[in-house]
This record gives sequence, C-alpha cells and structure tokens, in this order.
Amino acid sequence: MDYFFTEQQQMIIDTAREITNEKIIPVRAELDEKNQFPREILHDIAKADLFSIFVPEEYGGLGGGCYEIVLALEELARGCVGVATSFAASALGIFPVLYAGSEEQKERYLPDIASGARWAAFGLTEANAGSDASGIRTTAVLEGDEWVLNGTKQWITNGGESQIYTIVALTDPHKGARGASIFIVEDGDPGFSYGKKEDKMGIRSSSTRELILKDCRIPKDRLVGRRGTGFITVMKTLDGSRPGIASLGIGLAQAALDEAVTYAKQRVQFGRPIISFQAVQHILADMAIQLEAGRALVYAAARHIDQHPKDMSKASSMCKVFATDMAMKVTTDAVQVLGGYGYMKEYPVEKMMRDAKILQIYEGTNQIQRNVIGQELNKEYS
Amino acid sequence: MLKIDKEKCTACGVCEATCAFGAIVVKGDCAEVNESCTLCGACVDNCPEAALRIEIVDKRTQVDKDAYAGIMVFAEYRHGSVAPVSFELLGVGRKLADKRGTGLSVVLPGGEVSRFADALIAAGADTVYLVEDPALQQFREDLYAAVLERVIRERKPEVVLAGATAIGRSVMPYVATAIDAGLTADCTGLEIREKDGMLLQTRPAFGGNIMATIECPDTRPQMATVRPKVMAPAEPDPARKGEVIHLEMEPAVLQSRIEVLDSVINEADKVNIQEVETLVAGGRGLDSAKGFALLRELAAELGGAVAASRAAVDSGWIPYPHQVGQTGKTVSPKLYVACGISGAVQHMVGMQSAEIIVAINRDASAPIFNIATYGVVGDLYEVVPQLIRRLQEIRK
Amino acid sequence: MNILVCVKQVPDAKDVRLDPKTNTLAREGVESIMNPFDRHALEEAVAIKEQQGGTVTVLTMGPPQAESVLREAIACGADDGVLISDRAFAGADTWATAYTLAMAVQALGDFDLILCGKQAIDGDTAQVGPGLACRLRVPYATCVQKTRQVTAGSIEVERMMDDGYDVVRLPLPALMTVVKDINEPRVASLKGKMKAKKAEIRQLSATDIGADPRCIGLAGSPTQVVRVFSPEARGDRKVFSGSVAEQVDQLVECLRAHL
Repeated sequence: MDYFFTEQQQMIIDTAREITNEKIIPVRAELDEKNQFPREILHDIAKADLFSIFVPEEYGGLGGGCYEIVLALEELARGCVGVATSFAASALGIFPVLYAGSEEQKERYLPDIASGARWAAFGLTEANAGSDASGIRTTAVLEGDEWVLNGTKQWITNGGESQIYTIVALTDPHKGARGASIFIVEDGDPGFSYGKKEDKMGIRSSSTRELILKDCRIPKDRLVGRRGTGFITVMKTLDGSRPGIASLGIGLAQAALDEAVTYAKQRVQFGRPIISFQAVQHILADMAIQLEAGRALVYAAARHIDQHPKDMSKASSMCKVFATDMAMKVTTDAVQVLGGYGYMKEYPVEKMMRDAKILQIYEGTNQIQRNVIGQELNKEYS
Repeated sequence: MLKIDKEKCTACGVCEATCAFGAIVVKGDCAEVNESCTLCGACVDNCPEAALRIEIVDKRTQVDKDAYAGIMVFAEYRHGSVAPVSFELLGVGRKLADKRGTGLSVVLPGGEVSRFADALIAAGADTVYLVEDPALQQFREDLYAAVLERVIRERKPEVVLAGATAIGRSVMPYVATAIDAGLTADCTGLEIREKDGMLLQTRPAFGGNIMATIECPDTRPQMATVRPKVMAPAEPDPARKGEVIHLEMEPAVLQSRIEVLDSVINEADKVNIQEVETLVAGGRGLDSAKGFALLRELAAELGGAVAASRAAVDSGWIPYPHQVGQTGKTVSPKLYVACGISGAVQHMVGMQSAEIIVAINRDASAPIFNIATYGVVGDLYEVVPQLIRRLQEIRK
Repeated sequence: MNILVCVKQVPDAKDVRLDPKTNTLAREGVESIMNPFDRHALEEAVAIKEQQGGTVTVLTMGPPQAESVLREAIACGADDGVLISDRAFAGADTWATAYTLAMAVQALGDFDLILCGKQAIDGDTAQVGPGLACRLRVPYATCVQKTRQVTAGSIEVERMMDDGYDVVRLPLPALMTVVKDINEPRVASLKGKMKAKKAEIRQLSATDIGADPRCIGLAGSPTQVVRVFSPEARGDRKVFSGSVAEQVDQLVECLRAHL
C-alpha cells in the first residue's frame, strides 16, 4: 500500500533498508547464536546518520518525529529485532532529556547522541517494579552539591554498552506519585557498575544487564527536570516510544511473511507448490491482513503523536498492543508454514518467533496497555 | 561519427529497430542520429540501402606495419619458476608464428633466469631474450614495463602475448599506452586472419554474456593477454634448437620508484585447483557450508579436489582459492562436476573448457545444463550420496 | 591530501544479453550502477581522507546520465564530482579512455593519490588504471587489497599476486587500483544524500580538457570490435531423466568410459 512518504521519509527508509540488507541480515544468525552485541552495526547506523533522526536540528540532528523513527525502526527490525532494539533503546534512554531536560543538558548530550558517538539507556525497571513502576526502591539523596544514588535496576537494555543512563529514583518516598525524579548517570561515575549479561530467549544480540548503584555520586546538575516530576516524565517517555516498539513488530512480521511466502512458493509436496493449497493460502492471507492493519495503525498513531496532542496514551498503547500481539502470531504462523524446516536454526523464522515474545512484554506488558486503554475510554466517555 | 546518406535513406526504419541504445530514429523522410550513439555499427551492418557509414577522422599514427614481424611472448618468473602460462603462450604462439611464417621469441626478465632458456626453446621459442639484473629479481611494475617497452621498441614484434596474471595484467596496459598499441585482455581465442595476417583476438565481455572478436587495424604490435589454463602448451621437444640472447639494459631503464618491502606466499590453502584433473564444485544450491563435506567425499572418490562458485565463497562456506569463475580461477580439468551451481555466465567463463562437465541441479532450466556434457536434474543431497555409493560399488 | 577517484557507470552485467536476431546488446530494463570495484576505491579514498584530511574528487567519463554515480559518490563521502562528457568520446577503447581521463586529471589540478577500481564489470579489461598511470607518469600498484600506511609523501600497500601478496611502498603522487577485499563500503548517510542532491556537478567537454580529437573516441582507439556474438552452447549434451537412482546409474555408465 502506498503511504505517500515525503522525500525525507523515503530517504530514511532507503538508508535503513540498505543497512538491513548489507550489514544486518548477513550476520544476524551469528549474533543470535553468540549472544553478541552488534557494536559494528551500530557504528554503521551512526555513520549513516540514523541516530540523528530523533534529535532536534539545533542539537545536530535531523529533527524528525515519531513517524520518522517508526519508519527507520521498521526497516531495521526486518533485519533483526535485537539490533533494532539496541538502536531504539538509545532513543528511549535520551527521551527524558528531550522532554524535560535543561538547555544545558540538551547541549551536553544530544549532539553525541545524534552522531552516535555515545549511546543512551533507560533505567526504570527493578526486581520489584515491573508493571508496577511505583514499586521502585532506588533512592537519590542530595548531599551538598551531589546526589547519592543507591539501588539496583534490572533487565536494562544496552546495560553495559551505553555511556549515558537515565535513571528513575525516589527523591521523596512518602510523596507517592510526586516522589520520583530522573537522573543522568554516566558510565564511569563512582559507585556505578553493571551486573552480568542476561541469557535470553530472544533478541539475544541486545545486551540486557543489571545496573548497580552503590553510593553512586553524581553532580547536582544531573537532575532532569524538576524534582518530583519523575513519573510524569516516565509516562511521557513511554507514550512517545511505544510506537517505536510497535514498529519493531511490524518489521519483524514483514520479515516473517516474506520468508513464509517465498518458502511456500518453492516447497513442493503432493506434486504442487504448497502455496497452491487453500489451507496455506489462508494462513498467509491472514498474516498479510493483520500485518497491514498493524502497519496502518502504527503509522496513524505516529502521525497523531507528531501533532503533539494533549492525549497520546490511548493511540500509543493501541498500536503497541496490536502490532506486538500480531507479530507473535505472524511469526508463529511463519514457523508453521515452513514446517519442519521452520523449526531448524538453519532457517531464520524460529529466531523471529523467539524474538517476537519480548515485544508483548517490555515497554509495558500488553495487559498493562489494555488497562491504559480501558482507563482512557472511561475518561473519554465521562 | 555516424554519417547518414540522405539520398540513399528510404526511412525504412530498420536502423531504428536495430539500435539497442535508441540512438537513431526516423524523423520524416530520413533517419537521424542523437547523442546516445556509441558507434557500435549495428545499424550500418543492417541498413538495406547501405545509407549509413561510420567515418573516422585522420588517424594519429600511421605505423609502418611491415617493419614489425614475429610473435613475442612476455614470460613471467616468480619465486623460483617460470609461470606455466608462459608455456601455454608458447604453445599458441608457435601456431600463430607458423601460420604467419615468422619466428617466435620470448622475453624473460628476472634476477638469474638463464637456466630456463632451454625449456622455453623446447616449448617452441626460436629466440629467448634474457634480461637479467638483480634489480629485476622482485616484480616491480615500473621496471618490468620499462624493460618490455625497450625490448618491443628494439625488436619490433608484430604480436606480443602475456599471461592474464597479476603481473601481465599490470604491465601490458602500461606498455600499450606508452607505445600507442592496442591491447586485448583475457583472450580465449587467438587466430591469424588469412587475407591480411591480422591477429584476431576473441574474448568474453559483460561477464561472459557476450563474446567479442577484436583487431588492431593500424597499430603495432598487436598485444593480448591470455588467462592461464585457456590455451594448451605444446609437447616439449628437447631436440628443438633456438637462440639465446642476453639483453643489456641501460641503468636509466632499471630505475624504479617502487620499493618492495615483503613478498608473502599464501600457505593457507595448498591445493591449487588449476593443477587437478577432477574437480567437484559446489554453489548456492548447497544451502550451507555442510554441503562441502559431502562434496569432499565425492571428490575423494573421484580422486580430485573441491572447487566452488562465487556464491559459495561469498557465503563464507569455503575459502577464495577454491573459487572458479570470472573473479576466481580458470580451470580446465578432465572432469568438472557442478553441484547446485546454476551456471551464471561469470562462473561458466572459468570452467567451460573442461573436457567433461557434469551438472547436478534441481532446476531443469538452469543455464548450466546448456554446457553440461551430462545433466542430472535432482536434489544434490539425494544424487551425490547415491553417486558416491555407486562409485564405491564399482571400485569393489 | 587531494585524492581523485575514477568511477564508471556500468550496466548491471548479469542482466545484459545479446539479441540473437540483430546481434546487438539488449540493454533495456538493465539497471545502471556504480562499478562495484569503484565503490571500494571510493570508500578507501574517503577513509584515507578521514585519517589524513583533504578532499576527495570523483571523476567519470560518460554520457550525461553518468552524473548519478557522481551524486551517489558524494552521498558516500566524496566532496566534488566531475563529469567529462562529449559525443566525441563515443566508441573509446581503453587506450583512448586512459588518454581522456589523463587530460581531465591534468585539467583539474594536482592530486596526491589517484584510486581506481581494478576493472569495470562491463569491459572486464583492467587496463585503464595502468594506462592512466602511464599517461600521468606516476608510480602505480594494481589489485591493492590493503592500505597499510599513508604519509605525506608515500603510501605503503599490499598488492595481491597470484600466489599471495607483495608489500610495496610508492612515493606520492601515485595511482592504485583496488580489489573488493580492501574494505567494506559504508552505506550512504542521510546527510550525504542531502548533500548529493544539492551538489553542483562540474561538466567538461573534449575542448575543455584540451583533448586531441585523434586521441579520443573511436578515432583514438587502436582496438576495434570486429564481431560480437553469443557464446555457443556445447554440442554433445545429455540430460538424464527418471528417478534419482536411475539417473545416477546412467551417469556412472557414461563416466566409466572416461574414468
């Protein structure tokens, strides 16, 4: 379907596509097998200026919006969701600075992010705070000119690979919703270290680690936004980044559909290519329908968000739920179409199925998303 | 310039239909040519009225072609031996010289190379020009080119042949430019034209999709490089007699601006697929590196070695020294078994002179079946194991 | 450092066929691309520029549409593009091409390093690089697989040979032709693409470069194509049929005579 992209959008798509075809696809199986972080590929992505998409022009970026990020991520995810996640996580990590940071903070960090010289990561989740973000226990105490942070963050994407971390910590535990703030912790800050790298079911090229803050001392100017606005910034960050996750699902599902159709045309059983059997055709048709519906919803949500509306939570959550549930189904169906071959690591679809699962879980589980949508509907109709 | 005779032109449109570039178009009652014309001459050949011709301005040099005589081979010495291609060139050179009724000479530059003179004469040379100097021990572009240029200017051969090797492909074009001579690279065929003694050079173009025959009508010498293993060396005749001449070069000729700091030989892969009589080659159809284990078994059964298409090498399934084709090696074994190779022209250019070609491929329309002596349409993972078993049975 | 890269726009060779009826090249529907070897030459030039500072100029001899490879080169890091185009260049063989390029290089000024791809995938001759070096009277190395060191006055490279490689040092100015092993070309960046869109491509004609008409185009070409034809299919061919076991039996029977 023609989505009438602008010239700049088409340029972004073409560039991301070239990266996927030339740099990601040839090595994705190896990265998955070896649990290896795609450092080289992120450098190629940086050289191609893709990191600059989400940074405003005045800080050395291209000044693109949610739609442009979605288009780039979709193409990269078609190559490998692990690689695309590593790229997306840097955007996620720096969003708090983009939304709530001071001028000085933006000038200090955004140019390096735009050039890909440094990467970011977002530190919210803890052992006791997944869906219930308010359950975080990491604290930040002001001592003279320094903030002292204590606590452990869990399952942080790009943990140990990025240089810039936006950490959510409690500054006033008794103040409830106004009790948290966001801080920038940099690799090398005293008292900041990393845990072991997690061994995951999928997106294995993405590095997932604990962040350990033990009397981590950082200068006062590392506070992002006003004290106590932490959870508000977190909500805005997640609202803005959910379409990106959704587009990972779109790209992944597209890759799975491509493999399934190509295979079905080649595989001959009972004297005919299996695509000529209705049972197979119907599976492929449903995959294609759901994929296109998901794509249209993600693009619509992204365009909506780029208008800076008052309410973006519902659109953002809807596209995330739909696209990621769809990606899980489409990748599973792709394995089914490839049959025994689909189950073998020699073929790319089993990895795609393993990669899909996390999309339904991180950035807010799809159950939490449905809560959000339900609550929004409630508000809308009052 | 393409010239159109307006009086002869009948606007029939044959030229327009013939032109692949859309460069000549009938407008009104006459054909007109535009800037896309590449002077290929197709329309000229096809015009029923002979209304078209290609006009060439004055030539810059009119060489006295009669002053040039003899066939000369530029031989290569490296790391202790004369390259086999030099002997292959003497084989075809001898035939050309005999056809032309003239002599065959060979130039061999190097540090100390006089011990090879006898073998070169036995291979067909009438005269061996040795250019020996310590400066020539290591290959350096500027020195070897200067030597060849000097020898050509002094001896005036009408034809100069060299191997299309790293050395030949580097030196010959430099010399051709320096002496204003025509050079044709990677020739697969060399012949003398009956009526005027001109050298006709045939070579593949567009990756081998097209064959072209080329001549050098006005310049001398006519220069050509030939790939190793394309021509056959003559049976060496130790009774042959010839002259050995040591050529002295002035110090000015032996000045080089290039320093050779090191010379590294690839030890990694000792097998030279060009020297083996049977090759079992694998391509994209293997689907993975594991296929080569199977091909190695078949190769062992046939007493041969394993080769590969570019697709297999690019996929990292087997190292580059095994690659056959336009960007790999040219081979001419007795038996070449192509497994899962579609037969892209770039591959065929590297193996089409094999005596017997067996193709195994699941796609019946694969181009490889056009040149295969024997073709098996099937899955190589089914065919090859059965083939191995049958061969083992026969051995017992 | 002032670096010059010579590039060529070529048809994607695998798609070109000969029309058997008219004996002409059927080039319709065939994409035009930057010669793959030249892409590697460009990447090497840009990498050296990033290390040493300087500029990268890309030069091509071709019809007006060849401008697109110059823009592609700028998107991948080149600073300027120059197109030499003239009807008089038509029909040029490698001798005339090397002459034309040399005249253009001399018209453009002084360069410290000139890079070319090893060969163009349409002509496959690998002759223009050395010919150009001869005309410009610069030392050269062909089939370079690695640049080891670049200083203000010299370049040290690995030059591929049939049995391995040699390490050579050349004084600058020098010319190199490169093979694909030398590097992994980068993907054109967004900023590069935008720069390429706006770039002004200089165009030079035969008179602009002071070319002698007897040395260019068909007139300047010592080699001439006499005949063009499709490679012949082999005569003695046999494709077996039947089950795999049956085909294998038939094949082995045929091979026994030869084994």
